[in-house]
Amino acid sequence: MVTINIDGKAVEVLEDTTILKAAEKAGVWVPTMCHSEYCEPYGVCRLCSVEVVRGKRSRIVTACNFPVRGGMTVRTNSEKIKWLRKIIMELMLSRWPNVKVVREMAERVGAGKPRFVSLERDEAEDACILCGTCVNMCNDVVKAEVLGFAHTGIQRKVVLPFDERSDQCIVCGACAHVCPTGHIKMVLEDYRGKKSEFTLGPKTPIYVPTLQAVPRVPVIDTKSCIYFQTGGCETCAKVCEPNAINFKMEDEFVDIEVGQVLVTTGFDLFDASKMAQYGYGRLDNVYSSLEFESILNSTGPTGGKVVMKNGKEPRAVGIIHCIGSRDINHHPYCSRVCCMYALKFAHLVRDRTNAAIYQFYIDMRAFGKGYEEFYNRLLDEGVTMIRGKAAEIVEGAWSGNGEPSLKIRCEDTLIGKFREIPVDMVVLCNAIEPRENSDAIKRLFSISKSPDGFFLERHPKLDPTSTATEGVFIAGCAQGPKDIPDTVAQAASAAARILSVISKGEVEIEPIRAEVQEEYCSGCKICNGLCPYGAIEFIEDKKVSHVNEALCKGCGTCVAACPSGAMTGAGFTDEQILAELDGLMM
Amino acid sequence: MAFEPKIIGFLCNWCSYTGADLAGVSRIKSAPNVRVIRTMCSGRVDPAFVLKAFQLGADGVIVMGCHLGDCHYQEGNYKTIRRIPFLKRLVKDFGIDPRRLRLEWVSASEGDRFAAIVNEMTEEIRNLGPLKLYAHNDIQQPVAHH
Repeated sequence: MVTINIDGKAVEVLEDTTILKAAEKAGVWVPTMCHSEYCEPYGVCRLCSVEVVRGKRSRIVTACNFPVRGGMTVRTNSEKIKWLRKIIMELMLSRWPNVKVVREMAERVGAGKPRFVSLERDEAEDACILCGTCVNMCNDVVKAEVLGFAHTGIQRKVVLPFDERSDQCIVCGACAHVCPTGHIKMVLEDYRGKKSEFTLGPKTPIYVPTLQAVPRVPVIDTKSCIYFQTGGCETCAKVCEPNAINFKMEDEFVDIEVGQVLVTTGFDLFDASKMAQYGYGRLDNVYSSLEFESILNSTGPTGGKVVMKNGKEPRAVGIIHCIGSRDINHHPYCSRVCCMYALKFAHLVRDRTNAAIYQFYIDMRAFGKGYEEFYNRLLDEGVTMIRGKAAEIVEGAWSGNGEPSLKIRCEDTLIGKFREIPVDMVVLCNAIEPRENSDAIKRLFSISKSPDGFFLERHPKLDPTSTATEGVFIAGCAQGPKDIPDTVAQAASAAARILSVISKGEVEIEPIRAEVQEEYCSGCKICNGLCPYGAIEFIEDKKVSHVNEALCKGCGTCVAACPSGAMTGAGFTDEQILAELDGLMM
Repeated sequence: MAFEPKIIGFLCNWCSYTGADLAGVSRIKSAPNVRVIRTMCSGRVDPAFVLKAFQLGADGVIVMGCHLGDCHYQEGNYKTIRRIPFLKRLVKDFGIDPRRLRLEWVSASEGDRFAAIVNEMTEEIRNLGPLKLYAHNDIQQPVAHH
């Protein structure tokens, strides 16, 4: 620790601290322009210049990168320094007269009308002031090394390689984040022309999933985290006091032996941008059901307030049922839960706003306990029910009001007319779809899928939680769209079945099954791939195949395929069937 | 006496055998010429069985299973649909009319369909006449492969 004197104040700091940091500790203000807390000091703007006195002489140094020495005396407010700051700001003002940070700083240091005329005057409000923070971030912190300076003198500017859009850019947004003038902007583009600035998901790669998460700790999304793309940044680890962040953490693969499996892998939500007529992803204020749920949630992006992108309350909200469900072009089945949550949305919107609410439905499926009563309550609350699937959503200004909004075009089949309903916000009831990776799960556990893509139950009425594969059960939306009470009932039933087998301690299997006579097995492995249950394994040291009795169902496909006749099917051996043939043909 | 064909039917336990049972229980009249051998799955049917049946003097063989995608054992009928059509082409080289070997999908609820197939096949085999396996050529008319 050393003691230095800044403007008459004594302050003790660690050796090699910069004068700027020491001044901060002493409560003395030093202006900066090119300085950023994220990067190493750059020292190009010279605005932080201060006087360091030694004896009778003094020198002018930049406070941001000059290290202190014990006994140093620093003057930040001398006439020389004040004059220097004015000159620097007048120089900046002459080149960038309309940039907010330049004007504010000029005012603060007392600089008036510039005495210079710049040859490169830029009138823009978001002009680049060449502070270099974006370049330093990109090269030193993020380590993506995309931005750089080109040319010298007046021609100096920040460029991308070859002045082209760069594939090396990882689109981390760090440059846009640190830019003091707003010159760098983040624009989301999609090949469908989708643009979105209203983030409903996490805003940073490290985030706490929800405030109700268990455990409530942040997670890092390795796909967007800078460290996992370039090895740079690690800002979160640097600021974490208990050092809780470990980027080197690896996935742990654990082997657990189980006798039974319950598959409850859930569902995916239908991507409504596949139905271009509803404008999801293209028009503002058109939300999917899950997005609207997060808006309504008090821990969501709006704190539970029902507001549009511009922050205002909607004057009317349209809720459209069956987006992707009951549709021969997408999913012919009904997603079961949407009618009820659509009514819930209407109820909450009515509760929190004065908006007019319109429901566009085909049928109102209020099948459960208290559901129909809830629907009647909604009718009493004055929600307008229009029986007719909405045809399209277009942009249009409300007559008289003139504010831009949306219009829902539909056919109201109950009154037999086509209608155009002006609304400010639209909520879509997306279909419940099987998970994208359900094929991988299907193969892993040798279970089937029904034609709609959800996992196939053993019997639709009498056995909805088992599958044709012994020991593998399914529950919840993995088996088909259903709401919470039904999921709980199904899961409990599956758990009970599993427990009953576990408590028995042994499993009863059918006597009809295949068996390998090892003396005859030639090890050709033809049978291994044929078994739909994965019951046949190849024993490497004996070089013969072996049937797992617990998995074999006795279909006999392997028996028919075995070229050496090593595979027998108990109850349906070749000899038995040929004997039957003999008998029949006598 | 009119020629009564002897047809061997390999029926899978879960769909076609149950379908045939349903036809019986529903008292649907059908020709008695199909003699049934039950296997657990149509995938159990070894092509050797079919050839053995012809060798023992069967005038026709029909293999029935669950509809594709509905196999009780997931994929057994896919194995059948690989074996039997190939066998159909092969028996031609043995001098057997390919129309004597048939593959059909009959589900457990299709009692009518089972009876209809049985009647139809019996008629066709009756018109083809008895199998002359050791004659010079059993094939009577030009046959389309399918």
